[in-house]
Order: sequence, then C-alpha cells, then structure tokens
Amino acid sequence: MQGYIVKRILIAAFTVFTVLTVVFFVFRLGPADPVMVMLPPNATPQDAENLTKKFGLDKPLMVQYGNYLKNAFRGDFGSSFRFDEPALRVLLMRFPATLKLGLVTFILSVTVGLSIGLISAVKPDSIIDRIGRLFALAGMSLPSFWVGIMLILFFGVTLRWLPIAGRGTPLHYIMPAFCMSLYPIALITRLSRSSMLDALKSDYVVMARIKGVPEFYVILVHAFKNASIPVITVIFGIFGALMVGSAVVVEYIFSWPGIGRLVMESFFARDYPVVQVFVIVVTCMVVTLNLIVDIIYAYIDPRIRYQ
Amino acid sequence: MHSNQDNLLELQDVTTTFFTKQGEVRAVDGVSFSVGKGEVVGLVGESGCGKSVTSLSIMRLVPQPAGKIVSGRILFKNEDLMEKTAEEMRQLRGDRISMILQDPMVAMNQLLTVGKQLGEPYKFHDKVRGSLREMCIRLLEKVKVPAPESRVDDYPFQFSGGMSQRALIAMGIANNPDLLIADEPTTALDVTIAAQVLKLMKEIQRETDASIILITHDLATVAQICTRVIVMYAGRIVETAPIKIFYKNPAHPYSVGLIRSVPVLGQPVDRLFSISGQPPSLFAMPKGCRFAPRCNKAEKKCFKHYPPETWLDENHSVACWLYPGD
Repeated sequence: MQGYIVKRILIAAFTVFTVLTVVFFVFRLGPADPVMVMLPPNATPQDAENLTKKFGLDKPLMVQYGNYLKNAFRGDFGSSFRFDEPALRVLLMRFPATLKLGLVTFILSVTVGLSIGLISAVKPDSIIDRIGRLFALAGMSLPSFWVGIMLILFFGVTLRWLPIAGRGTPLHYIMPAFCMSLYPIALITRLSRSSMLDALKSDYVVMARIKGVPEFYVILVHAFKNASIPVITVIFGIFGALMVGSAVVVEYIFSWPGIGRLVMESFFARDYPVVQVFVIVVTCMVVTLNLIVDIIYAYIDPRIRYQ
Repeated sequence: MHSNQDNLLELQDVTTTFFTKQGEVRAVDGVSFSVGKGEVVGLVGESGCGKSVTSLSIMRLVPQPAGKIVSGRILFKNEDLMEKTAEEMRQLRGDRISMILQDPMVAMNQLLTVGKQLGEPYKFHDKVRGSLREMCIRLLEKVKVPAPESRVDDYPFQFSGGMSQRALIAMGIANNPDLLIADEPTTALDVTIAAQVLKLMKEIQRETDASIILITHDLATVAQICTRVIVMYAGRIVETAPIKIFYKNPAHPYSVGLIRSVPVLGQPVDRLFSISGQPPSLFAMPKGCRFAPRCNKAEKKCFKHYPPETWLDENHSVACWLYPGD
C-alpha cells in the first residue's frame, strides 16, 4: 500500500514537471514577442533591448529553461504585465471565489447526481428514472453558455428573482452553480445508474440475496461499493478538468470574480504570465485530484492495494 | 410422485415467464416435482432449458423486473412460498433454503473479505454466538480450506478456484439449511478439484441430512451423488426416475440421447454420439412435444399435442406419446 502511494506520488510529480516543460516551450514557440506586447507603440529599440535583457530573453533557450524551472520551484512564475505583481499572487487572489463556487457545484452535482442515479438503478423505469434520464440527456447536450444566458434572461431580467452578476449573497450562487453543475449532474447520474445496474445484475448480488442479506445492505454495501469505482473517477478525476473548463465560461457570463474570468481577461490583454500560471495551477489541481482518486481506489479495491 | 407429507419441497405447476421487448418467454412452463427429506435430486438438461430459473423460482429470486412466477405453488415444509412476504422469504433464504452458484469467481464480492461474506448468513439471521470470526473459521475448516485462521481475512482474489467454490459452499451450508440448491457447483472447476468438491458435498449431506437439488448438465456428476434424476427440456420436465432406472432404462427419447452421448471408457468409437438439431427457440416453442423436431421416434401426434405425464411405475414418470397413459 505504501509502495503504491509513493509510486503514484512520483508519477504525479513527473506529470507536473512535464506540463511545466510543455508550457515553457509552447509559450516561446508563439509568434508574439512578449517584449513587443509589453512596450508602448512609441518605444525605442533601446527600450526593447533593455527589457529583453531584464527578462533574460537574450540568453540561450536552454539557459532560460533552467532559470524558469529554478524559479518555478520557488513559486516564482514571473510578474503579470497588467498588474505589475507576481502572476501567482494575482491568480491566488482570485482563487477563493472560484473555489467557493466550485465547492457548491461539487456538492450539488454529487448529491443530486448520485441520488438520481442510484434510485434509477434500483427502480428502473420508475418515474424518477424517466425524469432522471430526460434531465441527464438535457444536461449532457445543453451548452452551459446558453443555459447561463437563458437563466439570466428568465430569472434575472424577466422575473427579477435572482441577481444576474457578481457575488456576495447566497442568492448569487444559485444560477452559476446550477449552470456549472448541469453537465456533472448528468454525467454522474448516467454513470452511477449504469454501473449500479451492472452491479445489481451480478452474481455476487444474487449470492448476497441467497444468504438472506437485507435489501438495503445488498444495495449499499455489495452493489454500491463495486459500482462506486467508475463513479469516483468521474467525481474527482474528470471534475477538476471539467470545473476549469466550465468555470471559464460560467464566470465570464455571470461576472464571477474568479480565476476563470481572470484568465479570459488576461488572455485578451496578452498577459501571458498569468495565463501560464493558470495552466500550471490547474494542472497541479487535476494531478492532485487524480492522486486522491488513486488512493481512494486502493482503499476500496483490495486487488489494487495488494499489487 | 404424488403429494406426500414427507416431501420437503413440492413444486406444483410452476410457470415462470420473462416479459421482454421481443416477447414473452416461458423459461419454466408448468413444472411439478418434489424433493423428499434428505434426498439428493439431480436436475438435468441443456443450457437454457430452465434449470437455473427453476431454482431461482424456488428462492423467489427470479431476475426483476422482467421475470415473474406467473402461476403455480411452491410448497416448502407444506407452506406456500408464493404467499410469503419479501421479509419472510429473506428470513428463509440463507437459513432454511440455500443455494450455491456456479462460478465462484463472480459469485463472491471481490471487495469484501471472505470472512465478511461467510459471516453474513449468521449475522442476518441472528445466529451469531460468541465471536463471528471464530464461527467463520469453523466454517472454512468444515469445507477443508487449509489454514482457515489466516484465510478468513483474505480477499476472494487470493483464493484459488477450488478454494473459492469451497468457501461458496460454506456460505450455503452455514446455517445447516433443510434444502440446498447447487447450481452447477463443479462447472467452473477442473476435473480433480470438481471430484473433491463433489465428495465434500456428499459428506456434508450425510452429516446434515439436508435435501439437495443438484443442477447440472453433466450426467457423470449426477451418477456420483444423486438418488433421483429430473430431466428438463425446453422449460418442461420430460422424465423423472430413480438414478439406477434412469441409466438402465431411460424412457424418454431425449434421456436416451443424453445417456448415449456420454462416451464410455474403453469402448472405441469413430464418432461421438450427439442429439441432432438445436433446442427450440424460447420465442417460438413447437406446439406439440418440444423435443419432437429432434426426435427420431416422433409421429404426427407428437407435433400436435404436448404429451401428458405418464407414470411407468411408482417413481418413474415420463412425458412422451410412446408411453400411453393408463
């Protein structure tokens, strides 16, 4: 078990390192010269040269890469062009807003998705199953930017029940969280339903019933434990990635002051250090979530633990 | 075999139907038989003939929601199981009636320790006396799993096939059931291990005097431990006979074919015998005798009407037009 965890951590560290490297080269492959982006249009060539020297851009690429890695390990990812502050700090300042919205979305998605999925599997073709399936189909296919705009139009503009932008009160969370959780709910509902259906059909469930195990215990202990493995992958593994993707869109629509909106603004302003640090932080988040999934796997499944 | 007070189990005209999108399938069609106390009965037939559904019907565990026992009575100790509530059935299962499934690798939950799964029949029937772990160790000892004290904490994937089947048997016999249904308990095992498992089942039967229904398609297994044979074909019983009579004097052409298909050691043959043709599709059952299309003795009548059950003697019955009733 310990060997397994150490191995996973090493793999995770290697993944982060690879992403750091890819990010460095991709941003330098781009056609835009960062110095030209930063300088005002009337700057002299001398200014450009000074700035190039200041950022160490005159040095060979491999030396730049070495310095970049060294700084990265100290948490220094350069300064934001727009705010003249360390890019990481700019990002982390906006992070709590995203995290709070993310947590609300996470709890909403997991509780709603799992409950509908499990009830649907236990009682297939019941009313909850039918409604759940319809909702899951809608959640999978409706794009969040469209849903967001429609929500604003209906609940914000027409009915005036909910605030359409910003954050502050719990009411502010309702629309963005609903909008963001639509897809994860659909995904979790479908996956937990199908893996639970499979588990309930299996021989070990029949065997448990043969032994006279009560039905709730059959469902929760025998079937659900087996069904939970693919569901956990989705809940944690894909969640990190999903969250970031829809956070960018949803935060933009609802003017939510989180990192999703920050990265869009930075992108348009060509504030590359912030975009770069965003990619790296997101990577670390996804890698960490996957590491948690791996450890949960080992906890649930003895076949992984005893490898 | 007529209604008898000594019967532990008696099925009367049980029909189990699956309602699928393609149509209704009568997997078990008007099956009646009985099992006496301490009797070991073999339920024989090809795959898909309704053996397993018959046993699941007795357990009232026909796969839901498609499957349903649509008619008939299942008397266990002279009480109709069809009238029991779900909770009453649960209390019977794993206590008075138990079952062993055929593939131990999938019949055990891979995520729970063997001990935890062994303990369930005790735990959910309020039979825990003293340490549950100790009871599970005794149980593993009973089915001759080596080093039960440490094995009890193992997970199923750490068990070999033979050991898993033993553990599964142990779960079945934990509460000394009156009726044990063994659904092809040796199919997933190699021949030597299968022989050991059969021997074990025989010993347990002698010790506990449980009635056993052994479901199999292997006539050799039947010969080893059964006293009576019930032959099923396409959802119906075609012949019931004591084991010796069945081998010496099988009545139904299907039984004759089954016995002829078993190769005899030391008797050279060019080609192994097999019954020609395929069992009928469950969606399109023949109107008359279901075996008629494959039967070399079939007459016109066989294709028109299903033959009634005829008693050749007190213990031997057959459903075939070759044997006209009294």
